[in-house]
Amino acid sequence: MNAKSHRFPWNHLVGFVLSIAFTLLAVFVAFNTDFSASTILWIIGIFAIFQAAIQLFMFMHVTEGKEGKINLFNIGSSVILALIIVFGTIWVLTSGHAHLH
Amino acid sequence: MTSQTTPLEYKSHQSQMNILGFWVFLGAEIVLFSTLFASYFILEHNTAAGPSGQDIFILKDVLIETFLLLTSSFTCGLAIHSMRNHDKKGLLIWMIVTLLLGAGFLYMEINEFIHYIHEGATIQTSGFTAAFFTLLGTHGAHVTFGVFWIIMLLIQLVRRGITEKTSSKLFIASLYWHFLDVVWIFIFTFVYLKGMVM
Repeated sequence: MNAKSHRFPWNHLVGFVLSIAFTLLAVFVAFNTDFSASTILWIIGIFAIFQAAIQLFMFMHVTEGKEGKINLFNIGSSVILALIIVFGTIWVLTSGHAHLH
Repeated sequence: MTSQTTPLEYKSHQSQMNILGFWVFLGAEIVLFSTLFASYFILEHNTAAGPSGQDIFILKDVLIETFLLLTSSFTCGLAIHSMRNHDKKGLLIWMIVTLLLGAGFLYMEINEFIHYIHEGATIQTSGFTAAFFTLLGTHGAHVTFGVFWIIMLLIQLVRRGITEKTSSKLFIASLYWHFLDVVWIFIFTFVYLKGMVM
């Protein structure tokens, strides 16, 4: 790792340019296309996931060190928990299960 | 990985464990923010005759905030790159640039909140504003904490130089800073863009 890092940090620059590009693309898709609302949401959601991956792998070096695999497993399980919380909450509170009688 | 190629912040067992522990903490932070996002998604249409996101969000200001934070995450990466080349001056300068960009973000965000309050959207106005200010405020509070944390680490860096301990602390702070950028990307996408388009 150290031997590599003496060179110009290309991976950081590429990550930065990509994250700016994804941000602008998301704005373009949201405001300048005729897709349906849900299609737009899917596209910009996927862009957000790409950007998060750029941060994790290119800036935070999540796989680095002896505990790289543990880090990935830990972040992966947290993301699964987050998805269950977000989609579970939406499902329970919008599908009629939470109606007060 | 031989000891020669191991970055300084991973040298001691204690530092390795600290970094691992911080990743576990970030996992808990993901879950914390997911609960705030979940509340927001449930409440975003409950505007109680108050303003909606579409009425108050300003794309230009949000984009400036996004670029400030994205750039600060990049300069924070450059700071750690300098640290691994044992370049104390580079580390210090890039970290200060990171902090200035972070402070610029906070300035924009506080102005944004003041603007919303003048538009009649306070935290007490509706379910939407309560969830919005809680989510954004929690993120902003994290950024504020990060700014003060890194300032203290930089004071320590100036006094002690790049050691096993200071490098490990700065590396952990850099993970925190990048993580806040990740959270912001989701706020930008699912709060602002979604709120302005849908």
